[in-house]
Amino acid sequence: MKNSRLQDIIRQYGILIGLAGLMIVFSVLSERFFTISNMLIVLRQTSIVAFLAFGMTFVIIGAGIDLSVGSVLAFSGAVGAGVMQGGNVFLGILAGLAMGAVLGFFSGLVITKLRIPAFIATLAMMAIARGGTLVYTDGRPITGLPSTFAFLGRGYISRIPFPIILMMTVFFIAYIILKLTRFGRYVYATGGNINAARASGIKVQNIIIANFTISGLLSGLSGIILASRLNSAQPTAGLGYELDAIAAVVLGGTNLFGGEGELWGTLVGAFIMGILNNGLNMLNVSSFYQQVVKGIVILIAVTVAQSGKK
Amino acid sequence: MKKLLLALLMVAILGFSAFAGNMTVGLSVSTLNNPFFVILRDGAIEQSKILEVELVVMDAQNDPAKQVSDIEDLIQQKVDVILLNPTDADALVPAVEEANIAGIPLLTIDRSVSGGDVALHIASDNVKGGEMAAAYTVEQLGEKGVVVELEGITGASAARERGEGFDTYIAKFSGIKLAAKQTADFDRAKGMSVMENILQAQPKIDAIFAQNDEMALGAIQAIKAANRQGEMFVVGFDAVPDALDAVKAGDMKATVAQQPWMMGVLGVMNGYLVVNGVELGVEFIPVPLKLILE
Repeated sequence: MKNSRLQDIIRQYGILIGLAGLMIVFSVLSERFFTISNMLIVLRQTSIVAFLAFGMTFVIIGAGIDLSVGSVLAFSGAVGAGVMQGGNVFLGILAGLAMGAVLGFFSGLVITKLRIPAFIATLAMMAIARGGTLVYTDGRPITGLPSTFAFLGRGYISRIPFPIILMMTVFFIAYIILKLTRFGRYVYATGGNINAARASGIKVQNIIIANFTISGLLSGLSGIILASRLNSAQPTAGLGYELDAIAAVVLGGTNLFGGEGELWGTLVGAFIMGILNNGLNMLNVSSFYQQVVKGIVILIAVTVAQSGKK
Repeated sequence: MKKLLLALLMVAILGFSAFAGNMTVGLSVSTLNNPFFVILRDGAIEQSKILEVELVVMDAQNDPAKQVSDIEDLIQQKVDVILLNPTDADALVPAVEEANIAGIPLLTIDRSVSGGDVALHIASDNVKGGEMAAAYTVEQLGEKGVVVELEGITGASAARERGEGFDTYIAKFSGIKLAAKQTADFDRAKGMSVMENILQAQPKIDAIFAQNDEMALGAIQAIKAANRQGEMFVVGFDAVPDALDAVKAGDMKATVAQQPWMMGVLGVMNGYLVVNGVELGVEFIPVPLKLILE
């Protein structure tokens, strides 16, 4: 009895223990690591993957997977930047967000109406959106963006980088949606047992479509912020980011088979990925070993999380 | 070249006398998954040992976003100078500006950035390299023939510039026909499969220009398999060890050599000078290219 409570605690808060452990190790090894300016930099670096991971959390709790987020990020960023070249920053941002949402919505449609597994449908979308990006950009970065656009990725509100403020805002909105609305409960129900959810009158297809649309929308947001950070939309932006996003979600304790998971876990998971990149850089660990270390950390985290399960 | 020797001499003198102490040099490389940049890094390491400075190397894995983060991390570490081999000319501008604000001098190597204050740019001219390959090809063909081009990663600056140099040059000759131009992502396996397809489609080819040696080596495999090596020749780019062997063996006609080792050495050396307040007097140090023939 007592043992199982301990396991519960490990499962729920193990990620926080892991984060604290990493912070302590890096702080001891590098005096420049645990400073306010460095932590702000890590959080800003984290924001790009965090947006993707928030959307991915909805999808995975709903028992899906979205492999297209990196490509959708690139396509949305490119379209947003392309529209923005006309001079209207606001219109460009809207176009980018809309592009992401539409692509996600389309994936959702394919999955529910054509009954194609999410893995395959979003794998196809990954190729389509990447190809679309290359066609749209002709393989070149889109540059010459209006100077006011720089604020989104590089601006500050009283010394806090704007992407961090945006990340926390999106986090709270997504948290409220997932925890306090009927839609949120339906997401958990759909992922937990789709047949039971359907039997109890939930329109599961709409829930799944909504999840992928949210994922697409947030990928679009991520693409816009990245374009602002890089002062350009890159045709190769976001390559491989789907794996970072999935890793952040899984590190955060969300069950890959759906039905359970916490958004704050995802936030911490994304932060851990950022801490690892930054801390290993600070320690001047060879980039080849960095990848090995990241892989091992993910394995350990997931093993610990699973050991807590019955 | 004179300036180069002068710089070398100065470093030799200065290195042994004036500046001791622990300087840290940050080197951010676009990718270490390519022998070219590994050699560049090794040159930088070697020079750091000679000058007794600490070198911190970061690998952006071809991702501009990661590279911006790497530069931010180098700034946090308060390195004395940053050597940047950018993944993209525009995307790294904000990072360069951050280094400027932090007061850390920054040098670019092999590829340039489109903004911010850069103390020095050290590179070979890729456009000129493309032209060299084109000039040699046109000359060998007697200004008449069918040419195929294998392109690098779509959107990569090296692919753009080498292609631009090659295409602009051959366009001047009405007898030269560019029959096919396909991307093979700077990759040997793709170079082979793309070349196989082109060989199927084109009944007659006189010369192939591959924008890097990896693709050229792949293409050579495809040509040999189709038993058409007598019909055409291949020109590569980069002069990696395998390509040099192929040129020696007569499988490859020529390759354009850059000198990545030299780039790494010059990077650390000039970074060292800049930190010590030496006025360089130039903004660009060209690293010479040469055409390697059998």
